[in-house]
Amino acid sequence: MIKVDNVTVGYGTTAFVKAVDRVNLTINDNEILGIAGESGSGKSTLMRAIYGDFSTGLRIASGTITGRFARNGTGAVTEAESHDFGQLWWDQISYIPQGSMSVLNPLMKVEKQVVDGLPKRERQGNRAELRRRIATFLEGFGLEESVLDAFPHQLSGGMRQRVLVAIAAFVNPRLILADEPTTALDVVVQKKILLMMVEIQRRQRNSLVLVSHDLGVHYQITDRLVVMYQGKIVEAGPTAGIFANPQHEYTQTLIASLPRIDGTRAEARR
Amino acid sequence: MRLLRYIAGRLVVYALVVVFGLTVLFFVPRLGPTDPIEAMLAKVASQGAYMDASQVDALRQSLADTFGLSGSLLEQYWAFIKRILLTGDFGPSLSMYPTPVMELIMNALPWTFGLLLTSTLIAWVLGNFVGLLSGWKPESSSSRVMEGVAICLYPIPYYILALVLSILFSYIWQIFPLTTTIRGAPWSWNLVTSILWNSFLPGASIVIVVFGWWVISVKAQTTALKEEEFVRYARLKGLGDGRILARYVLPNAILPQITFLALQIGLMFNGSLITEILFDYPGLGLLIYTAVLQGDFNLLMGTISLSVIAVATATMVIDLIYPLIDPRIRHR
Amino acid sequence: MRILKLFENAPFRLYLGLFLVALFVLVGAILPWFAPADPLVWYTTPRNQDPSWTYPLGTTSLGQDVFWLLTWALRNSLILGLLVAFFSTLIGVFLGLAAGYAGGWLDRVLSFLMDALLCIPSLPILILMAALFGGQLALPIVGVALVLFNWPYPARQVRAVALTMREREFVNVAWFSGESSVRILVRHIFPYIAGWSAANFINTVLVGISTESALAVIGLSSAQQATLGTMIYWAINYQALLAERYVWVGAPVLAIVLMFIGLFLVSSGLSMRSAARRMSV
Ligand SMILES: Nc1ncnc2c1ncn2[C@@H]1O[C@H](COP(=O)(O)OP(=O)(O)O)[C@@H](O)[C@H]1O
Ligand SMILES: [Mg+2]
Repeated sequence: MIKVDNVTVGYGTTAFVKAVDRVNLTINDNEILGIAGESGSGKSTLMRAIYGDFSTGLRIASGTITGRFARNGTGAVTEAESHDFGQLWWDQISYIPQGSMSVLNPLMKVEKQVVDGLPKRERQGNRAELRRRIATFLEGFGLEESVLDAFPHQLSGGMRQRVLVAIAAFVNPRLILADEPTTALDVVVQKKILLMMVEIQRRQRNSLVLVSHDLGVHYQITDRLVVMYQGKIVEAGPTAGIFANPQHEYTQTLIASLPRIDGTRAEARR
Repeated sequence: MRLLRYIAGRLVVYALVVVFGLTVLFFVPRLGPTDPIEAMLAKVASQGAYMDASQVDALRQSLADTFGLSGSLLEQYWAFIKRILLTGDFGPSLSMYPTPVMELIMNALPWTFGLLLTSTLIAWVLGNFVGLLSGWKPESSSSRVMEGVAICLYPIPYYILALVLSILFSYIWQIFPLTTTIRGAPWSWNLVTSILWNSFLPGASIVIVVFGWWVISVKAQTTALKEEEFVRYARLKGLGDGRILARYVLPNAILPQITFLALQIGLMFNGSLITEILFDYPGLGLLIYTAVLQGDFNLLMGTISLSVIAVATATMVIDLIYPLIDPRIRHR
Repeated sequence: MRILKLFENAPFRLYLGLFLVALFVLVGAILPWFAPADPLVWYTTPRNQDPSWTYPLGTTSLGQDVFWLLTWALRNSLILGLLVAFFSTLIGVFLGLAAGYAGGWLDRVLSFLMDALLCIPSLPILILMAALFGGQLALPIVGVALVLFNWPYPARQVRAVALTMREREFVNVAWFSGESSVRILVRHIFPYIAGWSAANFINTVLVGISTESALAVIGLSSAQQATLGTMIYWAINYQALLAERYVWVGAPVLAIVLMFIGLFLVSSGLSMRSAARRMSV
């Protein structure tokens, strides 16, 4: 679906600071791809390049990122470079940003924030119907309908993060990019949200890219895993395989430093 | 419940502020080196009005009532507060005898409020529009020019601008009237145009300065908000600039300004008083000025008390509106 | 466009403002000493002269030299503004710190006083005083009244800063390590407040000069002293406009405008600076 071909990404126009270094990566249809790596290793930068968010001086220095999106109903195919992904935002691709505290507009009710930016195809029906569908969708996240009428400050951190996941998933896109969606949440809430994301992905049969520095998270839900270190991909393969037999020295230390791998792999329960 | 408590608390503070303000007014005449009543009698005498001794005594007594100068200090104070707050009675105007002061004030208030409200509103809309756009695209040359203009306009006091405008457009180019004369039958089209025509320069002097302020502050807000995560998120949702500005940036930029407005009302009121005097605009400012010139102390005390009450009330209204607009306070 | 671009960063704003203000302060502080005659005295010069080498800004219809009159007016306005700002800031910082730092009933009383004074319009009270005390107010009385009305602005700000400071980590650390309250105030809190107070100080100079001028323009301030406002009042009162002697009115007006723009640039430059500094901590 997405092909990242020998891409170097960095910041700044005059003095270029490299953050992602000659990366090759494919994102397949219907899979959960994990991206791991310590903080500062270039995960967010890579995500932004894939999403096509070239603000704050982000720039692709070399290589290409191309996408191929087949529309759900018609099967019509759109091919584009990530520079032109803007037209696909909140239609074919959606995004779950890092940290939930200030991502939602403090002066807008949650319902409005779900609807704002929604593509036409997901808007069918009158407002009451749409609201009903959103409410049902949120119910799957363990959120009551009253959340729709709440303002962000009335929700707990975990609830807000679930709302963000729900907003991105309700778009029903072909690709969801999630940048550390569960960091800063306690383990119980984190696990709930992760399981929800798996469930939605299995239902929508689209692709989910999950960025996390926490290997435990990847162990729980990803199908395939990519490990980044200092802007480079140092290891890639099926998640189970990597955990069973890490090749790169850096991955080995990471896995060894995990206190204990808790939780069963979602895949096993599929 | 929290909201109710907030409102109740605010109302109590409002009542205290009004009483405090009136207390200040009560003590001011007692601070001076001169006896205000004798000063006033001298003023009346100097204006050539002949009065025999009994008339002077009667006037002296009525003034003593106005200022509440009979009885012990505590009695005086109590009578003063009671009279203003409970009856709203400031006695008859001395210069326009026997029209009650309250009636004169009621005739003047609509002009002051009309002028202040309309010009503030116009300035607010324009200032938000320009401030928002220039904060959104701070690099563009038009937004730089706008900010330069705003920085040069904002620090100018209203009355200075009023003076400049009247020199330019009433003396040098005689486009607008020098002083206000409203003509036309009640509710006629002529009356409306006459009011607009005469209010143009005084209004413009307020609009321009307030506009400068809004451009500066909204631009600063917008520049800061642009970096906020929720604005970035809205952009990543693929929303257009117009929608992001209208629904994400604007509401968040306006809110903090409301509290500021509450603090600013007193200063704005000060400015509009002088503007009215300079243009002979028939509002509260001119009435105060007339009272000073004519030595009409009933009218003076009445207009000043009402100014204090009006500004305190306006501040309270804004304070009460704020939580209705800001959901973070409304739903806690 | 390049010039305008420089408005973005605080230092330039600050420097341009400082330049303007310094110019006026120098003119107001030094030049009055060199006045050839007391510019308040009538008929020391020929009347109604247009600007020339001998009379840079012309003369009034009362035979006063407008240029020297302006320097005297500037001096008096500046002295008034600076004194008002000095005492307002002094009282404001002191009471603001007391309120924010002590809390409790003291805070409540002081906060009420600040809020109450802020929503009482100062000009009507000054007008009342002028009318009661013989039609004109002497400058010292105007000054005292202005201090009474202006200390709440710095006080509120300082109180807010002091409140957040109380929660700050390093203040707590200092507290627990046994530093005395006074030391904490001086070493840790004053440096933070200094920037804001400086901005506020400048702003109060502006408000002070502006309010006195407002009073003066309508003829209720001192007639014994020249200030920028009384100069305007005299010009209007002696029909400078009808006689089309625009320099006479224009000089004090332009002086006020330029000086206020300078003061505003300094105060906003200062607060931009301390905002930046506070963020980087
Ligand atoms: N907006 C930016 N401007 C300049 N450099 C940046 C920016 N964002 C991130 N970087 C730099 O890029 C590198 C990678 O950062 P990032 O992609 O955020 O890593 P991760 O998400 O893995 O923590 C870091 O060295 C970081 O300092
Ligand atoms: Mg990151």
